[in-house]
Amino acid sequence: MESSSVEQLQAAQGIRSAGKREKHDLGYAWKCIKRDRFYYLMAALPLTWFLIFRYLPMYGIIISFKDYQPWMGVKGILSFDDWVGLKHFKAFLSSVFFWNIMRNTLVISLQRLVWGFPMPIILALLINEIQHRAFKRTVQSISYLPHFFSMVVVAGLLRAMISPNGGLLQEVIMRLGISDQPISFLTDPRYFRSILVGTGIWQGVGWGSIIYLAAIANVNPELYEAAMVDGANKFQRIWYITLPSISYAIAITLIFRIGGLLNAGFGQILLLYSPSVYQVADIIDTYVYRNGLMGMRYSFGAAVGLFKSVIALLLLIISNRVARRVGQPGIW
Amino acid sequence: MSKLSTGEKVFAVLTHVGLVIVVLIFLIPVVSVISTSLTSGSEFAQRGRLILFPRRPVLHAYQMLLGSGSVVLSGLRNSVMRVSIGTGLNLLFTFPLAYVLARRKLYGRNAITTFIFITMLFSGGLVPNFILVERLGLIDSVWALILPSLINPWWMLIMRNFIMGSIPDELEEAAIVDGANPPQILLKIILPLSMPIIATIGLWYAVFHWNAWFDALIYINTPAHMPLQPILRNILEYGAGTYTEYQNLAEMDFAEPPPSETLRAAMIVVTTLPIVMVYPFIQKYFVKGVMVGGIKG
Repeated sequence: MESSSVEQLQAAQGIRSAGKREKHDLGYAWKCIKRDRFYYLMAALPLTWFLIFRYLPMYGIIISFKDYQPWMGVKGILSFDDWVGLKHFKAFLSSVFFWNIMRNTLVISLQRLVWGFPMPIILALLINEIQHRAFKRTVQSISYLPHFFSMVVVAGLLRAMISPNGGLLQEVIMRLGISDQPISFLTDPRYFRSILVGTGIWQGVGWGSIIYLAAIANVNPELYEAAMVDGANKFQRIWYITLPSISYAIAITLIFRIGGLLNAGFGQILLLYSPSVYQVADIIDTYVYRNGLMGMRYSFGAAVGLFKSVIALLLLIISNRVARRVGQPGIW
Repeated sequence: MSKLSTGEKVFAVLTHVGLVIVVLIFLIPVVSVISTSLTSGSEFAQRGRLILFPRRPVLHAYQMLLGSGSVVLSGLRNSVMRVSIGTGLNLLFTFPLAYVLARRKLYGRNAITTFIFITMLFSGGLVPNFILVERLGLIDSVWALILPSLINPWWMLIMRNFIMGSIPDELEEAAIVDGANPPQILLKIILPLSMPIIATIGLWYAVFHWNAWFDALIYINTPAHMPLQPILRNILEYGAGTYTEYQNLAEMDFAEPPPSETLRAAMIVVTTLPIVMVYPFIQKYFVKGVMVGGIKG
């Protein structure tokens, strides 16, 4: 299940606040547990779910060190007869596709970051400038709407817009004389990544702006009044008051974005790509999907997945540490 | 209020013009697809998608999608089932955990939080998750779409933050003095006060289930068991030319059968309409959860 960084930002506040130390004393512990048995009982079922549906697959990663075949069943996962060590990792790292996949993953992700990260901030600053309340509400409602469309629907809308057979965007391009024939956006490696980034922004910018609008709303209005008395113009007020006061929201969102750098948008790419753009569009996740799952190379797929998870975890730890180093609170 | 300088006036005008353009960029694709879905074959051949209002709107595409025998009907049923059972169970698993973790004095709270936090940072990955669902024998069943996503830990934490932030501990202490036991406290005090966040997160789960497609793509093989989204995906993917998916639509005897573009557009509308219809009424609940607690800088 994917969560937007807006939601992650909210949730993160809970993780940090749980950092206090507890008394370690068996008698005391037993007393507490007996007193609160109702609550432990209530949490038991959800926690069992985590154990089965989150921790069991983690144990399942062990097949990436073995030659597991789909017909082997549970016994194949538990036995150690087919241990092959790092064979699948070596195969992946020395594969002719390795560098291409890594490059695509990072380039697409960085393009999304560079173009997509500032957009919700800019949109929030613009919306904040509207005085007319009804217009403001309308803009907000309409900009949130695509967040509630499924990725399939957004891909469908995009395909309809750029279809060479009468797509609106194609008609506009031809009438404006930019090109005299339809442009094959989805099969031309030159355009594919820009289409991905643009579509991602279209769907996410409104929802992403909520968090910044909330932060802006919390700014003490006296700050603006004082700045106006001192003769600060509109741009100075945005630069010296609004932006610094949302720096916390910006920092945390950025940590999550950097931690998720290897998530280049699996679903969207799977819905839009085709063999003619694999050279620019094939990322780690689509590679695992095609080879590991569809091609039934389970051990290999699990190995590539583990490779990705470990790097993603390192990225998150590093970005969190950097955030704390520069004086932001971080996620934990 | 001081008078606006020329620069500020220009800025205000540019801001509004920019936002109107932004709104149009959001609306035009939606309007265009709705009108395409209502366009007849001959009109579409003449005018393409530069149509905002079809001259002679027809419902042929919708008749094919929603007529008897169409896979879209079973898709609708499957989606509704997934959303109702799924969301119910989501809340049944998420709320108790959120409530328990909201208790400041709970022994081992940090350990439990860490236990959950680890799963937010690290996961088994696509293949091990698939093997688990397959080994549990859930393939081709609605449970394959519901059980693996019972709890979204991020949303669970948002719920927990709400309970901690908006329900004072004194309320519970007073109830204990009055002789209430934990189940009574939960049902009579906590649950009613948590309704806003339960509604919000419930809506998020419902929208998640309605929109989810990838799990159905890998776990559901039989067309009759598929929810709407993977059906839409197949129509988008294979629609033109091959017509493999169209064989599952209602058979109609039109003089002028709808072109694949209008069929696809109509399918997009069918899949999105429920969300768009409820959106204006529940938008504030959607947004509320994100605002819970605000940003304490």
